[in-house]
Amino acid sequence: MSIAWYLAVSALIFAIGAGGVLVRRNPLVVLLCLELMLNAANLALVAFSRMWGNGAGQVFALIVMVVAACEVTVGLGVIVAMHRHRLPVDLDAMRELQG
Amino acid sequence: MSATTAAWLVLAAPLAGTVLLAALFKALPGRSAGWIGTAAVALSFLFALVALVKLQQASPAHRELTSTLWSITRSVGVNANASVLVDPLSVLMICVVAGVSMLIHLYSVSYLSGDRGYSRFFAYLNFFVFSMLLLVLAGNFLLLIVGWAFVGAASYMLISFWYRRTTATRAGIKAFVINVVGDVGLVLGTFFIFRHTHTLDFVATFHLAPKVFASGSGDVTAGCVLLLVGAFAKSAQIPFHTWLPDAMEGPTPVSALIHAATMVTAGVYLIARMHPLFQLAPAAQDVGAIVGVTTLLIAGTIGLAATDIKRVIAYSTMSQIGYMIMAVSVGAYAAGLFHLMTHAFFKALLFMAAGSAIGAMGGEQSLDRMSGLRRALPFTFVCFLVGGLALSGIPPFSGFFSKDDILAQIGSHGGWYWGLYVAGYVGALLTALYTFRMIFRAFLGEPCTPARELIDHGHLFHPAQPTNPANGEIEDSDVGFPGPDHVIAERALPMRLAMGLLALLAIGGGVVGIPKTTSWLDRFLAPTFADSTIHLYPSNHLIYLGLAVGTAVGLLGILIAWLVWVARPAIAPAVARGLRPLASLFEHKWYFDELIDALVVAPSAWLGRFASNTFERLFVNATLIGGTTAIVRAGSATVRSAESGFVRYYVGFILVGLAAIGLYFLLAS
Repeated sequence: MSIAWYLAVSALIFAIGAGGVLVRRNPLVVLLCLELMLNAANLALVAFSRMWGNGAGQVFALIVMVVAACEVTVGLGVIVAMHRHRLPVDLDAMRELQG
Repeated sequence: MSATTAAWLVLAAPLAGTVLLAALFKALPGRSAGWIGTAAVALSFLFALVALVKLQQASPAHRELTSTLWSITRSVGVNANASVLVDPLSVLMICVVAGVSMLIHLYSVSYLSGDRGYSRFFAYLNFFVFSMLLLVLAGNFLLLIVGWAFVGAASYMLISFWYRRTTATRAGIKAFVINVVGDVGLVLGTFFIFRHTHTLDFVATFHLAPKVFASGSGDVTAGCVLLLVGAFAKSAQIPFHTWLPDAMEGPTPVSALIHAATMVTAGVYLIARMHPLFQLAPAAQDVGAIVGVTTLLIAGTIGLAATDIKRVIAYSTMSQIGYMIMAVSVGAYAAGLFHLMTHAFFKALLFMAAGSAIGAMGGEQSLDRMSGLRRALPFTFVCFLVGGLALSGIPPFSGFFSKDDILAQIGSHGGWYWGLYVAGYVGALLTALYTFRMIFRAFLGEPCTPARELIDHGHLFHPAQPTNPANGEIEDSDVGFPGPDHVIAERALPMRLAMGLLALLAIGGGVVGIPKTTSWLDRFLAPTFADSTIHLYPSNHLIYLGLAVGTAVGLLGILIAWLVWVARPAIAPAVARGLRPLASLFEHKWYFDELIDALVVAPSAWLGRFASNTFERLFVNATLIGGTTAIVRAGSATVRSAESGFVRYYVGFILVGLAAIGLYFLLAS
C-alpha cells in the first residue's frame, strides 16, 4: 500500500483535530482534539518509519505519546481545578490575558 | 624666618582655623569656636607683622619677593604655580586685612554669642580671611582669580548667614550674581593680557607689558576695562553697586569686615596691583576715574535719604571707595591705599558701633525709630562720633589726611582732573552731612523707648516677638536670626576692646601719611610703584589749600547737619517737600534697582519664562517627547488589538502561519 494513503488519513485526522480546537468551547473536547492532532502526527511518523525501514520514527512516536500523556495530565488537572473554583468551564469565558 | 615664609604662614593660619572649626563645629563648647577663630586670625596678623619687619630689613630695590610652593599645572603655554608675591603693597594689605579681621573676630565673639550658628559663623569668617589674604598675596593671575572667587563665595555665605530670612537669602543671591559678573570680567581681562604676554606670573607680566603692548592699544585697553568690571563689581561701583546695600542683611560684623573694611576694597587693590597695565591704557584709567567720582557723588546723595542705619553706612562705603578708585585710576596709588587703610579702621568702627546701637534697639535698624541713644550708650556714642569725624575728614582724625592726600594729588594733575577735584570736595560735604544726620538722629534728642529702658532700668530692651528688621516678618525659628539676646558694647568686654582699639586707629591712623611731615606710607609703598610713569607732586600751595578747604567743608557739613536735624527739625521735611522730585530720586536710590530690573532682570526673566512656557513646554515636551510617545503608543495599540484573549484565535494564527511557511517551502523547492 502506498504511503500516500497513510498520509491522507493522517492529514484528515489532523484537520479534524485542528478544526475541533478552533471551534469547540469545552476544554475537555479541545484536549481530545489536541490528542487527535498528536496521534495524526504519530501515524505519519510510523508510516514514514515503515517506509524507510528503520525504527527512528517509531521511537519518536513513543516520545510523542509520553509528551501527550503529560500534557493531558496537566490539562485535565487545570480543568478539575477550574471546576472546583466554580469557574465556568468555557474557553471563551477565560480571556483575561488580553491586550 | 624670611618674609615669604611668613607670608605662607599668614595664609596657613586662617585656613587651619577654617578646617578646624568646620570639622569640630558640633563638638566645640560655649564660645571656644569664637576664640579659636580669633586666635587663628591673630596668628595670621602676627606673621603679617613679621613679613613687614623682614621686608623693611631688605634694601628698597629688593623688596619684591616671590616664592613658589608647588606647580599647579605645567602644560602647553600655561605655567601656573602656587606662588605668592610679597612686596610693600601686598604686605600693607595683609597687615590691614589681618589686623582689622582680628578685631572684628574679637567683636563677634560677644556679638554672636546668642546665635545658634556660632561655630558656623567663625568657620565662614576664617574662610573669608583666608580667601582675602590669598587674593592680596597671589603671585599670579590664577591665584588672584581663585581668591577673588573665594571671597565672593564667602560673602554669599555670610550675607545669607541667617538663612531662614527670605530677605537675607535673596540679598546673598543678588550679591553672588553681581560678583560673578565681575569674576567673568576679571577672567576675560586676564585672557586679553595673557594672549600677548603668555605668562600668568605678575612680575613677568609687568616686565613684559611695556614691550608687548603699545600704549593705548586695543587689547590692553579692553583687558584693563574688563579688569575694571571685576573691580567695580567687587567694590560696589556704579552700575554694579546694588548688591552692597542689600548685603547689610548679613550680621553686623560681616558688614564691618567684608562690606566695609576688606572685600569691597579688593577692586582698589586690583587697580593698584595692575598699575603697569593700566598706565598703558589711559582710556581705562579715565573710565575708572569717572566711575569712581560718579559713585562718590551718587552714593553720597542716597546716603542722605536712606533711613536704615546700616544702609547709610553702606552707601558711605560705596562713596569712600569711589574716592579710592578715583585715586588709583589717576595714578595716586599711595594716596588711594592710604585712604583704603584709614577707611578700613573708621568704617569697621562705625559698623561695630552701629551693631551695638542695633543691639540696644532690640534689632531695630531704622533711624526713624532711634533717638537719644547718647546717654544709654555713652561708649558706643563716643566710638560712633570718632568714626563719624574720621569719615567726615575733620582734623586730626585719620580720614582727614587720607582724603586730602587723594584730592591734592588729583588737583596736581591739572586739566579736566580739576572737575574730579571739585567733585571730591562736594562729596566731602555730602559725607559730613549724611554722617552727622545719622549721628544726630540716632544719638541726640529725646530717648526712644529702648534707650529709656536702658537708662532708667539698666536692662536691655528685648521685643516680645523677634522680627526681621528689613520687612517686619516674625522670625519663624530660633536659627534664622541673631538670637533673642542682644549684646551691646557697653556690656561685653571683647566688643569694647575691639571698638576701643579701632577708635584709636581711626584717630591716629593718619599719622603715617601727614603731608610734608611723615609721609611714611608713601616711602613704604615707593618700591612697588617705582616703575610708575605717573608722577604727581602737589605743590605746597595746593596741599595747604586742600587741608584748609577739607576742614572747612567737613565743618560746614556738620554745621548744616546740626541746623537741619537738631536746631531746626522742621527744615528737613520742608526741604524734602520743596524738592519733591529730587528727594524722591534719592529715596529710590536713583532708581538703579528699577533700571537694572528693567534692563537685565526683566528681559532675563522673560527669556526664562519663554524658554519654560513656550520652548520647553511646546517644543521639547509637546512636540519632541509627546510626538515620540504618541507614535509608540499608536503602534502598540494596533499590535495589542491582536491579543484578544481567545485561545482559538492564537491557534488559528499558528495554523495559518505554519501552513504559510509550509506552502512557501513547498513552492520554493
